[in-house]
Amino acid sequence: MSTDAAPRTSSRLDWEIVVGLEVHCELATVTKLFCGCANRFGAEANTQVCPVCLGLPGSLPVLNRRAVELAMRIGRALHCEIRPSTFHRKNYFYPDMPKDYQISQYDEPINVGGYLELASERRIGIERAHIEEDTGKTTHVGGGGRIHDADHSLVDYNRAGVPLVEIVSRPDLRGADEARAYVAELRSILVASGASDGRMEEGSLRVDANVSVRPMGSQEFGTRCEVKNLNSLRSLGRAIEHEADRQVALLESGGRVVQETRHWNEAEGRTSSMRSKEEAYDYRYFPEPDLVPLVPDEDFIAEATAGLALMPAARRKRLAALVAAADGQPAATSVTDQIATVVDLGLDDLVVAAVGLGADARLALARSANEAAQSPERARELDASVFADLLGLESTGKLSATQAKTVLAELLEHGGEPEEVARRLGYEALSEDALSGVLDEVIAANRGAWERYVGGDEKVAQLLVGQVMKATKGRANGKAVAAALAERRG
Amino acid sequence: MSGSADVAPVASARALAARVRAGELSAVEVLESALGEIERRDGELHCFNLVTADRARSAAAEIDRKVAAGEDPGPLAGVPVALKDNLCTRDVPTTCSSRILEGWKPPYDATVVGRLAAAGAVSVGKTNLDEFAMGSSTESSAFGPTRNPWDLGRVPGGSSGGSAAAVAAGFVPLALGSDTGGSIRQPAALCGVVGVKPTYGVVSRYGLVAFASSLDQIGPFATTVGDAAALLEVIGGHDAMDSTSLALSAPRCSEVLDDGVEGLRVGVIADFLDDASLDCAGAVRAAAEVLAAAGAKVEDVAIPELLHGLSAYYLIAPAEASSNLARYDGVRFGLRVDGPDVEAMNARTRAAGFGPEVKRRIMLGTYVLSAGYYDAYYGQAQRVRTLVARAFARAYGQFDVLLAPTTPSVAFPIGAKTADPLEMYLADLYTIPSNLAGHPAMSVPFALGDSGLPVGVQVLAPALGEREMFRAAAVLEAGAAPEARAPVTGGAR
Repeated sequence: MSTDAAPRTSSRLDWEIVVGLEVHCELATVTKLFCGCANRFGAEANTQVCPVCLGLPGSLPVLNRRAVELAMRIGRALHCEIRPSTFHRKNYFYPDMPKDYQISQYDEPINVGGYLELASERRIGIERAHIEEDTGKTTHVGGGGRIHDADHSLVDYNRAGVPLVEIVSRPDLRGADEARAYVAELRSILVASGASDGRMEEGSLRVDANVSVRPMGSQEFGTRCEVKNLNSLRSLGRAIEHEADRQVALLESGGRVVQETRHWNEAEGRTSSMRSKEEAYDYRYFPEPDLVPLVPDEDFIAEATAGLALMPAARRKRLAALVAAADGQPAATSVTDQIATVVDLGLDDLVVAAVGLGADARLALARSANEAAQSPERARELDASVFADLLGLESTGKLSATQAKTVLAELLEHGGEPEEVARRLGYEALSEDALSGVLDEVIAANRGAWERYVGGDEKVAQLLVGQVMKATKGRANGKAVAAALAERRG
Repeated sequence: MSGSADVAPVASARALAARVRAGELSAVEVLESALGEIERRDGELHCFNLVTADRARSAAAEIDRKVAAGEDPGPLAGVPVALKDNLCTRDVPTTCSSRILEGWKPPYDATVVGRLAAAGAVSVGKTNLDEFAMGSSTESSAFGPTRNPWDLGRVPGGSSGGSAAAVAAGFVPLALGSDTGGSIRQPAALCGVVGVKPTYGVVSRYGLVAFASSLDQIGPFATTVGDAAALLEVIGGHDAMDSTSLALSAPRCSEVLDDGVEGLRVGVIADFLDDASLDCAGAVRAAAEVLAAAGAKVEDVAIPELLHGLSAYYLIAPAEASSNLARYDGVRFGLRVDGPDVEAMNARTRAAGFGPEVKRRIMLGTYVLSAGYYDAYYGQAQRVRTLVARAFARAYGQFDVLLAPTTPSVAFPIGAKTADPLEMYLADLYTIPSNLAGHPAMSVPFALGDSGLPVGVQVLAPALGEREMFRAAAVLEAGAAPEARAPVTGGAR
């Protein structure tokens, strides 16, 4: 949690933070939404443009079929209803908007009424996910980098007309942590659905936050402010914290929150007013006469949303079910965390496959979430049978936990077969004779400890096991050693 | 100019093209004749904003080369055409007769411009219009009005007045205009030429500078019904660049011109005859008799809803225009008047660049779309639009085509209506309903009024009813007073 936000008010715990997010996702299409220009980030300014995306007189938009398909995939992944939709014009003057109106969807969006399930299993309502075009990018030169005090401004229209899907959540999020979790989850859904590359730093995902506060326990919403310019998960969390603090301070000092749009200043760590509700634009929406209604038939929807990968929530459920089946009871919190990590890293298929080959579910999960997670790219390439073999060696006591971890690291680094790698590392289980000999030596050298152990002091067992491990240079299996010591004690 | 006597007044476009294709006449000769006439007489008429003589000469020479080489030069080979100056022409200034587009040269051709060139037609220049096609007299042009070739003291109508007058004057046998509320048919009627507004979606709007996108449609001007049909066949048909373009080929109207009207059911829109001038109403009655005599079943029909079209139009068209014209902000092209900040630059540019009629419509359109007024104005207008379409549908249950005056009166004197916008708007009373419904309609020169000015009659048809419309138009043309038809080559009368 952020520690560098605005000063906390003492009574912050008395207030609930309510957040709704608007996430703009650039679609990973080859071309722009209404013309054939390349949808490519990082090209030289104003080189990916044509009469249509420059809004030249006489030009007309033609809808990109692929963008519609990706929008429907997003809708399906967010459990939305995919509906016939229309386009509207959102009218306002701004230099980076070539036509001085944005083609967007208004009262009839393509996706409505879905939800996103967080790892905490809380479902966040999705109001809508609609298609619209991106604007160009303005650089204000001189002054504070804002339009009003700049010497002059430069506009790059390469981004103008890039397809976006705007995903609007319900005000279901409670606080900065949950908002960040939502965006992280949404990001992986967008990537998993093939709709986006998910690169926040390149502006592929842009987030606006509607923030309000209300007394804890209240059912009514407070007056909200929309915070813009949130370019990272970190900004999002900080801005929500700051904005909530600002609103709480206002309310506690007898003031009231004014509905307005506020700008997050990352450097200063605070929000400032952009425009009030009274100054808000009247967008004069009306139906876009240059486009016809978008009425995808069932076949088109089915084709577009076919082959949609399992979404993270479903993948988490799949792992939880495996663990529950093995344990005979629902997964504990520590396991839930491991599940979330494994799904985030895309290692769930590996776990599922290894369990299918007979591996222990809890062990597969633990080794994936902890050790395999150190090099997830390689782990995703790991053969499930190799992973299952390794886990088998550990479950049957042929390898200690420490040994198994080392072998796994080796397998990820250089490949190979677990038994062969273990042998090369000298992890062949010690014969009972050899172990027995080492035990004699350790007991002789630690007479006092042995006496206390025999006398019932369990705490010294670890010391003795450690000595055995040391003497065998880690080749002994800790569990087997403990068992042998217990047997000696009789 | 030598040889001009052979081809001027300009013959039918199809006859010209046939002679050029046969090698009997060179495209260059035809062009030089047209350029000579323009040079001689356009100073007083002001049909053209720009004559692109050099480009035209290259194009004509290329046609002649193709003919000589035995290649197909296209169905309109060597026919000079004029383009309304709201059609984008690559590297050639496109002004919409507005200061705000000063210096702008589109980097691309409108679809229709490309199709004309591919058909062998030779574009001679860009014609004057009411600024951004907003007007009914060509007087709102930033470059001064076009004069009616029949009477230099009168308007040619508008907004496509330059194109109508260029055909009427015999400069070119064909021209393109655009019709949002009557901007082809009304000037065609006032200039004694044929003017066609096709079904919405038959002709691609790609490259037509938008006025009101849901109403705009490009269409032909010609001296004959047959030439208009030939031109529509060249410019019509599906275009992937226009999402509202219909997935159909152009209507083949040439092949039905001799079919007659035997058994065709014709309704005379009685509601339009009460307030039309005697000239205009009388022409419709006479036209109805011509059709009846040719075997059509003619009856009066009452469609009172159509008279509400005008009010709906003057809400919908400005609303769309206010949005379409937002892009003229001084940032990317055309005029820029600098200011201390972006907003001031936008405002100063628009204040200096737009004329009063355009500003009036932007203000009106902005208002009707505003929060709190949208439903009362724009929403209500859309409901009236639906009402008009339903009323038409009812009428077309009984009739194949409808007959009506094109205009309430003949050409009016320059300056007569500029002080009263509402009076000017009424000039489109009878043409607007077809735009609202997206239907085809055309004006055919039919009679001369008492003042010696041409009177057009309008044939209306349901969506994609072009063939029936042209059948009726061809019969009307044959029955029309010959002296009512352009070209008028003698200059002022």
